[in-house]
Amino acid sequence: MNNTAIELSGIRKTFGTVIANNNVNLSVNKGEILALLGENGSGKTTLMNILAGIYLPDEGTIKVDGKEVHINSPEDANKLGIGMIHQHFKLIEVHSAADNIILGSKDNPFFLTKKRSQKIHEISESFGLEIDPDKKIYNMSVSEKQTVEILKVLYKGAKILILDEPTAVLTPQETKKLFAILRKMKEKGCAVIIITHKLNEVLEISDRVTILRKGESITTVNTAETNANELTELMVGKAVELSIDRPETEYNENVLEIHRLTVQNEEGMDALKDVSFSLKKGEILGVAGIAGSGQKELCEAIAGLLKAKEGAILHHKQNLVGKTPAEIINLGVSMSFIPEDRLGMGLVASMGMVENMLLKTYSQGKTPFVEKKEARELSEKIIEKLEISTPGIDTPVRRLSGGNVQKVLLGREIENNPNVLITAYAVRGLDINSSYTVYDALNEQKQKGVAILFIGEDLDVMLELCDRIMVLCHGEITGIVNAGETTKEELGLLMTGAINKGVSANA
Amino acid sequence: MMRFIDFLYAAIKAGTPLLFGTTGEIITEKTGNLNLGVEGMMYMGAFAGFFVGYHTSNLALALIAAFVIGAFGALIYAFLTVTLRANQTVTGLALTIFGTGFANFFGQLMIKHAPNGTPKLSETFMDAVSAKGIPLLSSIPYVGKLLFSHNVLVYIAIIVAIICGIYLKYTRAGLNMRSVGENPAAADAAGLNITFIKYFNITLGGGICGLGGAYISLINGGGVWNNGCVNGQGWIAVALVIFASWSPVKALFGSLVFGATTVLQYYVPKDIIEIPNAFYVMLPFVITAIVLVITSIKQTKEGAQPLGCSNNYFREER
Amino acid sequence: MLKSGEPFVRIVKNDISDRKAALLSVYAVIFAIIMGGIFILCLGINPFNAYASILKGALATKMAIQATVKIAIPLLISALGITLAFKMKFWNIGAEGQIIVGGIFATYFALFHHNLPHFVLILVMLIAGMIGGGLWALIPAYFKCKFDTNETLFTLMLNYIALYFIKFFVEGPWRDPESSGFPKIAMFEQNARLDKVFGVHAGWIIALVLVVFIFIYLKYTKQGYEISVVGESQNTARYAGMNVKKIVLRTMFLSGAVCGLAGMAQVSGAAFTLSDGVAGGVGFDAIIVAWLARLNPFVCVVVTLLLSILEKGCSVMQSTFGLSTAVSDILQGIILFCILGFDFFAQYKPVFRNGGAAK
Repeated sequence: MNNTAIELSGIRKTFGTVIANNNVNLSVNKGEILALLGENGSGKTTLMNILAGIYLPDEGTIKVDGKEVHINSPEDANKLGIGMIHQHFKLIEVHSAADNIILGSKDNPFFLTKKRSQKIHEISESFGLEIDPDKKIYNMSVSEKQTVEILKVLYKGAKILILDEPTAVLTPQETKKLFAILRKMKEKGCAVIIITHKLNEVLEISDRVTILRKGESITTVNTAETNANELTELMVGKAVELSIDRPETEYNENVLEIHRLTVQNEEGMDALKDVSFSLKKGEILGVAGIAGSGQKELCEAIAGLLKAKEGAILHHKQNLVGKTPAEIINLGVSMSFIPEDRLGMGLVASMGMVENMLLKTYSQGKTPFVEKKEARELSEKIIEKLEISTPGIDTPVRRLSGGNVQKVLLGREIENNPNVLITAYAVRGLDINSSYTVYDALNEQKQKGVAILFIGEDLDVMLELCDRIMVLCHGEITGIVNAGETTKEELGLLMTGAINKGVSANA
Repeated sequence: MMRFIDFLYAAIKAGTPLLFGTTGEIITEKTGNLNLGVEGMMYMGAFAGFFVGYHTSNLALALIAAFVIGAFGALIYAFLTVTLRANQTVTGLALTIFGTGFANFFGQLMIKHAPNGTPKLSETFMDAVSAKGIPLLSSIPYVGKLLFSHNVLVYIAIIVAIICGIYLKYTRAGLNMRSVGENPAAADAAGLNITFIKYFNITLGGGICGLGGAYISLINGGGVWNNGCVNGQGWIAVALVIFASWSPVKALFGSLVFGATTVLQYYVPKDIIEIPNAFYVMLPFVITAIVLVITSIKQTKEGAQPLGCSNNYFREER
Repeated sequence: MLKSGEPFVRIVKNDISDRKAALLSVYAVIFAIIMGGIFILCLGINPFNAYASILKGALATKMAIQATVKIAIPLLISALGITLAFKMKFWNIGAEGQIIVGGIFATYFALFHHNLPHFVLILVMLIAGMIGGGLWALIPAYFKCKFDTNETLFTLMLNYIALYFIKFFVEGPWRDPESSGFPKIAMFEQNARLDKVFGVHAGWIIALVLVVFIFIYLKYTKQGYEISVVGESQNTARYAGMNVKKIVLRTMFLSGAVCGLAGMAQVSGAAFTLSDGVAGGVGFDAIIVAWLARLNPFVCVVVTLLLSILEKGCSVMQSTFGLSTAVSDILQGIILFCILGFDFFAQYKPVFRNGGAAK
């Protein structure tokens, strides 16, 4: 009997003039976990979306169980037993877990009955998952949502599972739990493809690794016969130094002091509770936490976009609470927040670089007209300095690739000569080289004496880059630790609130 | 007391076309399409219903015609917004312009060819749509008059609203279409046929709007065709959707309130309060505006416009 | 189990140049004219004759051209007003109401202060019209800012409310006591009427000046820049330190003021009185103009002229062939459907199974 679950050969996919995949070959066996490794932008997600029926390939063949198939829609993928868990969950927020799970299945063809919860219970128990079928998605935590996604796929009886960056939003402990579930699926004969760019996870969970680089499949290796250095080299195409600098600085002056800050989010809930910390000149303070633990509200409160309910934000002893965003910008506090879609805040998608450069400075000058000359020069300068590739300074930034968009944003913020630089998810979606360009730029600012608040996702990076790391859990600080003295595990426990190093109000 | 019952009775009657329009638009919006062409589809239904009723004297045929033509208007909208992904707001406006022109153009033709220049429904037809008491029930004092002595379209409207409520909330097809309306990408990934679901529900909604138009031309017109008969009621129906927070069952109540405002001027004793006529006519629109403000202050996650509204879905969007 | 093979046709994203987009618009118009022709044919009329009579009716004589321009004036001015709001993604479909209120405000001075010197009176009426339209537009803008109230429906309701205010004035306080039968408002004195330039009231000069003004305002000024940013994302605007509420209120006031100006031009230049037909659907047509012109003031001029020719020509065609006035609505609807549909090709292109992409 044929043991190959899926085989792809010669897959090519283009979007307009961008080649996302070219000549990709890979195969997965039943009862095997294959890691699909590649940098951001190497075409992993596009490739898996082709399997899931979201995208149609331009060229190439797909074989399932040895038979050639055409997957024209997600429905076709369902019928072939292919289930995908997307990085950005495809869940309907206002519906219950049960309604999301049964969506697209053949049960309850006419009326929705209570029995659906029963079957969900059975499946979740057999895989050791916990879920309340009647809970609404918008009330769920990220890891609960992921459980729903997994159940959705299992409910439909998928034999081939694709997980796109499933650990990006999880704590180290939750990741362990997820891996246990994946191993259980493997035992039951499922074929699992896991997309990731984290090497340690690849080494821990997978049987084989297929590496994608610039849209093409480079090679496939057995996990047992490789190591992190070799994988990185394959992924990037050259040997890379895998460490981030942490230059020492001599400054010792508090620039920003947050004192007992409480902030409400848009729904009127306390998103930050009684938070106190200080930020020194020439230091990088990391902020770690599960997504939605108050990071966004912290950024917005400092930038003056959200009103503080209680507490004070002192910038060189001057309270920022009550000041308008424009006043705060003029004091030299710069905030850049990279949301999931990368464009939501900070850049105007339909405008070119020049007009985006003007975003915080357009109102300078005495005439009622916008002065564009300086912005033009600035654009040219940033393009050169951060190696941005763009057809022209007036091309709408929407047409640039994600990495270049972020460089435009970061470049502008740095060029405004801030004394406080708040940057959230600065390297989200960037490839390794671009990430290092960003880290270098941040370190350069740090050495110039800028106080940097670095809100990040990747704990490994934060441990190397930051001087101190502050951990948020449900809007409260569970600890502020020296990056050189802590471990990933400790951070993970702080993130879930399992331990609390109770920071005193005067920290 | 009797005067008040008369008032409520008239309110129900005046609210019925709004109920049709609102129910139809709820179905449309729940599947993720904001169709501002309700006014146009009601016009088309008004004309088709009247035209067929005028020529066949058959109520069932008239209603079917109104439904079909309303659905046809919605089909144009669906083709443009779903298949060709045109801007929903502008397409809806275009449908309103088209539908209004359609009804008034052919209405004028009908007037031209009618004896004495007034197309009038036959006696038998008028009898079929006249208010009739349900035996026994209608003789209950007050309640009988209020609830059980209406024309058949009132009952159809109420039944349609209730069925639509059940359809949305308790059926698989309703779950599917609500999912499409909230998050088409998620529904697509789950394997639902987005295009079919959208087409089906948009045309269904349009058909129901068409029935509302038929009510206006067959009942409110007193048996005579009037150009311009819908006169903004389609727009009120669009606003009522918000008032009803996208629930057909709540729309029952909403349409009663709005119906009441349209007939209020006939029931306020003139010798006590004297208000210029213009303000009475203005009232439904003022109330709608106020309701818009109030509902925007109090919003819940479930009682809000489906998130997919106004955005067309394209699977390969990056 | 699966449908055999690839789908016959699939849709992919397309990114076309501005020149191609312009060419596409021309194709769309041609296609629309053909579809309209088919409709005319269905009525049993030779479409060539019908179109010829439309063109002749709109452009053949000096009188006809003047009438066409007269239709174009309020349409162009309101389309410019709407452009301001739409650029900010504020879906103001209340131009109709703003025109009306502008007309009401201007009428007040025409009726009760008509002894002012001519130039002063006209200026006062202009300003009054702008303030009236602007205030009417501020209402939905205020609630949008304060409670995020749906502006599309709110402005729509305000259209009807404004319309019934006219009814109130016509039947009540401003009713002409000398008129018998239907209540109406007296005709304006000569002093309160806009002067004619080249046989058409001066509104066309105002409109053309506004075209240039709005173009510069949107493209080169700080306020124009703010409008673009707010339109794209309010979060980004707030982030950049802009006072979003102030910008929304200011822009909506301007948008309404420009529409109010159209109302003033109507009462003072065309109708010489105030009646419930003062806006007559112009506010809705203007939305279509603004959208078809993709919010470019200069293109607005072209689109306005096309629509005005259609409207004026239809009124001649319908009397030639004995049709109802509603025929121009149907034709407009059909043309809009076609142009809306053609927009698809600006963003997507179908790819057929055997390799070759469709043009």
